[in-house]
Amino acid sequence: MKALSKRGWITLLVMVALAILPPFFLWNGQAFYMDLATRLVILAIAGVSLNLLLGYGGMPSFGHAAFLGIGAYAVGIPAYHNTYGGFEIAASYSGVYHIFLAVGLSALFALLTGIICLRTKGVYFIMITMAFAQMIFYLFVSFEIYGGDDGLTIDTRSELPLFNLDEPLQMYMLCYGSLVAAMLIVRMVTRSQFGMVLQGAKDNNERVVTLGYSTFAYRLTAYVISGAMCGYAGALLGNFTTFISPEMMEWTRSGELMFMVILGGAGATIGPVMGAAIFILVEEVFSSFTTYWHLPFGIMLLGIVLFMRTGLLGFLTADRSKTKLKKEER
Amino acid sequence: MKKSLSTVLAAAMIAGLSSAAVQAKEVKIGYVTTLTTGAAVIGKGMQNAVNLAVDHMGGKMGDFDVKVIYGDDGFKPETGKQATDKLVKQDKVDFVAGYIWSHVLMASRNSVLKAGKFMISSNAGPSAVAGKLCHENFFSTSWQNDQNPMAMGEVLNQKGVKSLYVMAPNYAAGKNMVTGLERTFKGEIKGKDFTKWGKDAQLDFSAELAKAKASGAEAIFVFYPGKAGGAFMKQYQQAGLKGVLDLYTVFTVDSILLPKLQKANFEGVMGSFQTMMWSPDMDNAQNKRFVKDYKAKHGNYPPHYAAQAYDTMFLIKSAVEASGGDLNNMDAMRAAMKSANFPSVRGKFTYGNNHMPIQNFYLRQVVKDEAGDWTTKIVSTVFEGHQDPYASECPLK
Amino acid sequence: MDTTLLFIQMLNGFQLGLLLFLVASGLTLVFGILDFVNLAHGSLYMIGAFICASLTYIFGNFLVAMVVALPITALFGYLIERTVVRSLYERDHLDHVLGTFGLILIVDTSAHLFWGPAGLAVPLPVWLDGQVEIFTGVVVPIYRLLIISIGMLVAAGLFWLVNYTRLGMLIRAGASNRTMVSALGIDIQLLFGLVFALGAALAGLAGMLVSPISEASIGMGGEIIITAFVVIIIGGIGSMKGAFIAAIIVGLIDTLGRSFLDDIFKLVMSTEAAENSAPAVSAMLVYILMALVLAFKPEGLFPPKVR
Repeated sequence: MKALSKRGWITLLVMVALAILPPFFLWNGQAFYMDLATRLVILAIAGVSLNLLLGYGGMPSFGHAAFLGIGAYAVGIPAYHNTYGGFEIAASYSGVYHIFLAVGLSALFALLTGIICLRTKGVYFIMITMAFAQMIFYLFVSFEIYGGDDGLTIDTRSELPLFNLDEPLQMYMLCYGSLVAAMLIVRMVTRSQFGMVLQGAKDNNERVVTLGYSTFAYRLTAYVISGAMCGYAGALLGNFTTFISPEMMEWTRSGELMFMVILGGAGATIGPVMGAAIFILVEEVFSSFTTYWHLPFGIMLLGIVLFMRTGLLGFLTADRSKTKLKKEER
Repeated sequence: MKKSLSTVLAAAMIAGLSSAAVQAKEVKIGYVTTLTTGAAVIGKGMQNAVNLAVDHMGGKMGDFDVKVIYGDDGFKPETGKQATDKLVKQDKVDFVAGYIWSHVLMASRNSVLKAGKFMISSNAGPSAVAGKLCHENFFSTSWQNDQNPMAMGEVLNQKGVKSLYVMAPNYAAGKNMVTGLERTFKGEIKGKDFTKWGKDAQLDFSAELAKAKASGAEAIFVFYPGKAGGAFMKQYQQAGLKGVLDLYTVFTVDSILLPKLQKANFEGVMGSFQTMMWSPDMDNAQNKRFVKDYKAKHGNYPPHYAAQAYDTMFLIKSAVEASGGDLNNMDAMRAAMKSANFPSVRGKFTYGNNHMPIQNFYLRQVVKDEAGDWTTKIVSTVFEGHQDPYASECPLK
Repeated sequence: MDTTLLFIQMLNGFQLGLLLFLVASGLTLVFGILDFVNLAHGSLYMIGAFICASLTYIFGNFLVAMVVALPITALFGYLIERTVVRSLYERDHLDHVLGTFGLILIVDTSAHLFWGPAGLAVPLPVWLDGQVEIFTGVVVPIYRLLIISIGMLVAAGLFWLVNYTRLGMLIRAGASNRTMVSALGIDIQLLFGLVFALGAALAGLAGMLVSPISEASIGMGGEIIITAFVVIIIGGIGSMKGAFIAAIIVGLIDTLGRSFLDDIFKLVMSTEAAENSAPAVSAMLVYILMALVLAFKPEGLFPPKVR
């Protein structure tokens, strides 16, 4: 077995900590920290899915919260109709069906919008993905039957084989397992020939096109995979919070997902997980000290951008002597 | 990373352990409200009132020391739910109260009620919690959304207003307000505008005001809570609509807005009418003490949010005093609260089967007090002992 | 549909468009010339409004306060450029986004601590507070006409500045070729600082003009920043002409959509369905417009010339 790199060690440590600590908190009677960890892991899945686009494909989507929302409503709407009647074809508590719906609809939405979005690049891409997410946001605000702006409470969680989602530990295990799976999928995708083309197109599109690849098709595929994965995270999020509202797909949410990825370190599988962890833990710690925690939080974000060029992961794995030299050069 | 992660978690754990060691005689009240964003001005008023109530109680409810732990909802349902979860699971509070916004209340409801705790709304009153989703452990010290506009519809009928233009933000409470108005208003509604709400809420109403003016309606009814209310009042004045389109509002003109308008001298608001179940000039001992001390401490008249928050604390006090020293004695505490046997700043009221107040609604007008400060004064009683229209949908008895 | 109402609404839309232009012009200058994505541009809009509101209470006159507040806001922008923004120019856009998001949190929370959460109402001088009948049946608030006049003047001034002055030439040159400008012996750092300060003043001016209509409030920057980005994307980044045309189109579409969409919908669907769907669709219109423009012109209506 090959010796682990610095990045490998960090990945292992973070994942082991995430596997051990939350159940320990639960056992210790601190259910709230278990909740915190579950939220962290679910957002990490969304971050991992966004990283496939942002980190590896050079496609900074500013509308990923839309997929979270679609996924969550794919749980909420069938459950709502199964409880209160109406729209019988869709009504169900079945988790397999919910997940199928969440993944399928997200993939479809990604496919339809991706065809248009991928015509643009850079900041234009950021803005057009945001535009589509805002449209979905306003669409759900206007669905009065599902609570509109007030949102929808999910009374019954998805019914899955093997997992009882009403049990916090089982819920967490499902989310944790899903995160590991999502990371493995992204790793597999990026190391395949497909991933090579994708990353090649990020660095030099013309060259890859000259080699005879249709980069558009590759990018679109990545966009659909990422959207579907984020939709799945949305289904988990809906089940976890048991409350969904259009607010979860507003542009600020998409921004937070993006920040998690950049903060942790884009282009590394573990990056978004660390980004999500910082976001959630720092928010929790800072906000327990002061109501005005946005101030130190803002200073921290700015500081990270100014002084840690490649996200936290880059900072941790960097060769110290080299970075010092670089700073002196400047 | 591992090191910092585990240090943070360890620190959090220690904090958790120490707070788990509950003192023997303490009642813990979790209070969720908005302390950040522009809406924090409402939350601040409620926080002031809660602290004042604790002061007035001498920090005691029966034999118990009172400990209030605040949670910030950041004006977002998901954040509010997280704050609620933390209060219930980590701080292990005995009561959870507060909630300005319907959507935050709806999101947080299950976290409290499924844990078997009492939940008391100091403001939000969506139709669901009054009707189908009513709960034996849920109480309100405010009103159901429909009630105030229903009273306003009645006022408009009495004044002989035949045609009306209606404006409200495009979200659930805005629609509830309009539904409530339509329940009682008998004249013609010439036009309705639901304007964009949320983070990038619309604050320029020039287009809507031009439409309202062109519609030929006699009067205009609006519901704009928070800063949108201030924006509306100014544009109403700038557009010269005073005397052209009479203004009737609910939850728009209150003692948060009035000092600001007074400072900027926006006279347009003077003399306008609202309906409400409370006003700072109400004549009872509890209210006089509350208003006087609040004003002395914070310089302004308390807004209705503060009045409701103050009542919430006294409702809880009545429950704790009835518990016989055992805060697990839910039945005794529930029965005590159901009887509404506490001094309310709005005077005596009763609870319906759905634990929403059955209370009077008054017509208020904006006036100047003796010192020249702008405030509201009760003009007449619109409804006596009014119950919300959803009570019959509630299965509780 | 009566034509008087239509005219008034066009005027309202035009006024909204001009306000958007003021914010978007600064954004497009900074973005196009400095190649810097400034999410915190909305915070400058808010700071302008708060400074002007506070000064209105000190001087007792809104217009005087505005004249004093403008250079202060510009200076504030210049200081931010000096301390934070300057070291971010070399980074990629995502770092700009993250860094300026941090900046938003810092500025907004500081404003909350300094001015309190309640916001400030801004009184107008009496002569501005009335209405005027521009022709039969068309009565508009005088203040709205002031916004339109100032907006038009600033737009004209910017066109003159960018197209006919030495500074404008340097700005245009700096946008397409930085090293060339530095080689000419121009202090490019100072130039960039001035451009950023100009952008701050423009955003601040918009905030000041808006404050008597709504008020100076925490978070008002977040409300306008996304729309301002939509404007410069539709117009094409860096194009002043594009920003102007896009701002007016967005202002008109938004206002006309809000006023007439429900009536149009009522022609094809039930009153209730129209009342429910019209607000949602009118909120979406701007985004639909942007998606349509980008679908056909992926770099906006007036794409910047190749660098």
